[in-house]
Amino acid sequence: MHLKYESIVREPLVDGDKTYANVTEDIVRPIEQKPGRMWYVGFIFSLILLGFGVFSVVWEVYWGIGVWGINRTVGWGWDITNFVWWIGIGHAGTLISAILLLFRQGWRTGVNRAAEAMTIFAVMCAGQFPIFHMGRVWDGFWVLPLPNTRGPLWPNFNSALLWDVFAISTYFTVSLLFWYSGLIPDFATIRDRAKTKFRKRMYGLASFGWTGTAKNWQRMEALALVLAGLSTPLVLSVHTIVSFDFATSVIPGWHTTIFPPYFVAGAIFSGFAMVQTLLILSRRILNLEDYITIGHLEAMNKVIVLTGSIVGTAYLTELFMSWYSGVLYEQEAFKWRILGPYWWSYWAMMTCNVVSPQLFWFKKLRRNVPFTFIMSIVVNIGMWFERFVIIVTSLYRDYLPGSWTYYSPTWPEIGFYVGTFGLFFTCYFLFAKYFPVVAVHEIKFILKTSGEGQKKRMDSIEQKSTEEFLHEQMEHAHH
Amino acid sequence: MAIKKFAVACYDDEAVLFPAVKSVRHSGYKLHDVYTPFAVHGLDVAMGHKETDLHVAGFIYGITGTSTAVGFMSWIFTSDWPINYGGKPHWSLPAFIPITFELTVLFAAVGMVLTFCYLNQIMPGVKKHVFHPRQSDDYFVMAIELNDHTNEQEVLNFLKGTGAVETSVQTAESEWWYGRWDKKEAYELA
Repeated sequence: MHLKYESIVREPLVDGDKTYANVTEDIVRPIEQKPGRMWYVGFIFSLILLGFGVFSVVWEVYWGIGVWGINRTVGWGWDITNFVWWIGIGHAGTLISAILLLFRQGWRTGVNRAAEAMTIFAVMCAGQFPIFHMGRVWDGFWVLPLPNTRGPLWPNFNSALLWDVFAISTYFTVSLLFWYSGLIPDFATIRDRAKTKFRKRMYGLASFGWTGTAKNWQRMEALALVLAGLSTPLVLSVHTIVSFDFATSVIPGWHTTIFPPYFVAGAIFSGFAMVQTLLILSRRILNLEDYITIGHLEAMNKVIVLTGSIVGTAYLTELFMSWYSGVLYEQEAFKWRILGPYWWSYWAMMTCNVVSPQLFWFKKLRRNVPFTFIMSIVVNIGMWFERFVIIVTSLYRDYLPGSWTYYSPTWPEIGFYVGTFGLFFTCYFLFAKYFPVVAVHEIKFILKTSGEGQKKRMDSIEQKSTEEFLHEQMEHAHH
Repeated sequence: MAIKKFAVACYDDEAVLFPAVKSVRHSGYKLHDVYTPFAVHGLDVAMGHKETDLHVAGFIYGITGTSTAVGFMSWIFTSDWPINYGGKPHWSLPAFIPITFELTVLFAAVGMVLTFCYLNQIMPGVKKHVFHPRQSDDYFVMAIELNDHTNEQEVLNFLKGTGAVETSVQTAESEWWYGRWDKKEAYELA
C-alpha cells in the first residue's frame, strides 16, 4: 500500500495505469520530436499577426497618438479596454498555482504549468497598452521612481495609475519566478534524458544544475508554499488596483466601491475561460488527454459558473445603486449604457457573461469538450465587451452634452490589439514546443494517490470488510 | 573540488526507499544524499534533515520591502519634495498601502528565490554529478560515500539486500562546478 490514501470515490486525476517513466515519456516526448505541420502553420500565422501589430505600433509612435480614434471626450478607448482584458486573463494562472495550492487542490497539477505560462504572456500583452498609450514612449521611464534631471521630482505615489505600475510589474516578476522555479526540476528531467548535445547543453543551462536531493526538494516545497501565500493576496490586489484606476475618479459609472471585488471576479472568470481555450487545444494536439482530463475541464467550468454569477450579480447591483443613489448623472450614465448608441455592447456583455455561462449548471454540458471550447470563447468576448462598456460608455456622454461624442477605433488601434494576439500565441507556441506543458514532477507527486491505476488497485482493498483489512495490516506490520 | 568514491543504489519505489534509508543510517554507512524525481514527503525527516529556514528569510525580505516602501514615500512626501495634492496631508498613509504591499511581496519573492538558488547551489552554468540519468525520471537514487577502509562488495551486497534494483560504484565529484552539460568531465573519462 502506498504512503497516502485517497478514496476511489474521487475521480482520478491521471487516466490510464501509468508508471513514473510513462509520465516523463508522455509529457517530454513532444519536446523531443519535430513539431507537426499544425505547429508550423500556427506559429507562422502568429508571427504574421505579431508583425502587423509591430507595424501598427510603429505607425502610432511615428505619427503620434492622433492616429487612434480616441478624442477629448473618450480619452481611453480600445487600448485601455484591451489592457484590462489581457490583465484579467492573466489572473487565472496564479490563481490556479497559488490559491489552489493553499487549498490543496490536487487537480491544479495537471493545468498549472500551462495556466501560469498563459498568465505571463497575457501580462506581457497587457503591459504594451499603457506603455504605448503614453504616446511619447521614450519618456515612459518617468513612471519609475528614479533620481532624475527634472529636479528631485518624483512620480505621484498617491495616484492609482502609479499603483498600477507597481502592481503589474510585481505581478509579472513574481509570476515569472513562481513559474520558473517549478520548471527547474522538469528541465533537469529533459536534460538527463537528452540524446543530442545541443539539447543537453541548453536544458543543462535552463535547469540551473538541479539534481533533486532531499534537501533541494524540501526547500522547493517551502519556496512554493510561501510564494503561493504571497501570490494569493497579490492576485487579488492586482485587479483591485486596476479597478482603482476607475473607482478613484469622479466619473459616473466608475465611481463605485463595488469595483474591486467585481473586477477580481471578472478577471478570474475570463482567465479560466482562456485557460480552457488553450488547454482544450493543447491536450488534443500534444496527446495529453490523460493528464488534462474531462474532470479538470469540469472543475474549471465550475469556477467559471461561480465567477460568472458573481459578475452578473455585480452588474445588477450597479444598476440598482445608480437608481438608489438618486444621483441624476449616475442614472443617466446607466440609461445611456443600456439604451444609448452603444446598446449593442451592453447587451453583448450581458448575454455572453451572465446568461450563457449559466448553462454550466448542467453536468452534461460541463463535461462536454466542444461546448466548453465554444463557451470559453464566448466568455472572453463577453469580458472584452465588459471592459469596453465600462470605459467607453462611461465617457462618451459626460457632464457636458456639448462634448458628447461617439468613438470608433481606427486601424492602428485594431492592429495593435491583433498584434498582442500575435505576441501571445507566438509565446505560447514556443512554450508548447520547448517547455513541458504539464508539470512532470507535480504529476508524479500525485500519481500514487490520485492516478487511475492506483485507484484500481485500491478497489480490492475498499471491498474488504474492516476486520479483514485490520487483520492484514497487523500481519503486514509484523513482517 | 573533491573527487570521491560512492556506492550507488537505485530504487524504483519510494515505499522501498524509506526502509532502505533507515537501515543505511542504522548501519552507520555515510549517507551522501538521496536523489528523487519529485518531492517525497518525509524523506528529509527520514534522512535526519532539519526543517529549512527559507520561510524565515522570506519574512525578513518582506519586512525589508515594507519598510523600504513606507520609508521612501514618507521621506519624499514630507522632506525631499513635498507637493500639495488637492489639499490632502503630505503624509497620507492610507494612500501608501498599495505600493507598500506590492514592494513587500516583490522583495520577499525575489529575495526568497535568490536565497533558494544560493542554498541549493544552483545557477545557470552550474554542473553537478548525476549518479543515474533516471534519477530525474523514475529512480530514487541513494549515494553512499566510501573511503579506503570500506569493503565495496560488502556495501553493494548490503544495498541489494535493501531492495535496490541497480547498484554501482562510481568515482565522482561531490560538489558543484562550472561546466557544460554536453561535455564529459575528466574524472568521468578516466
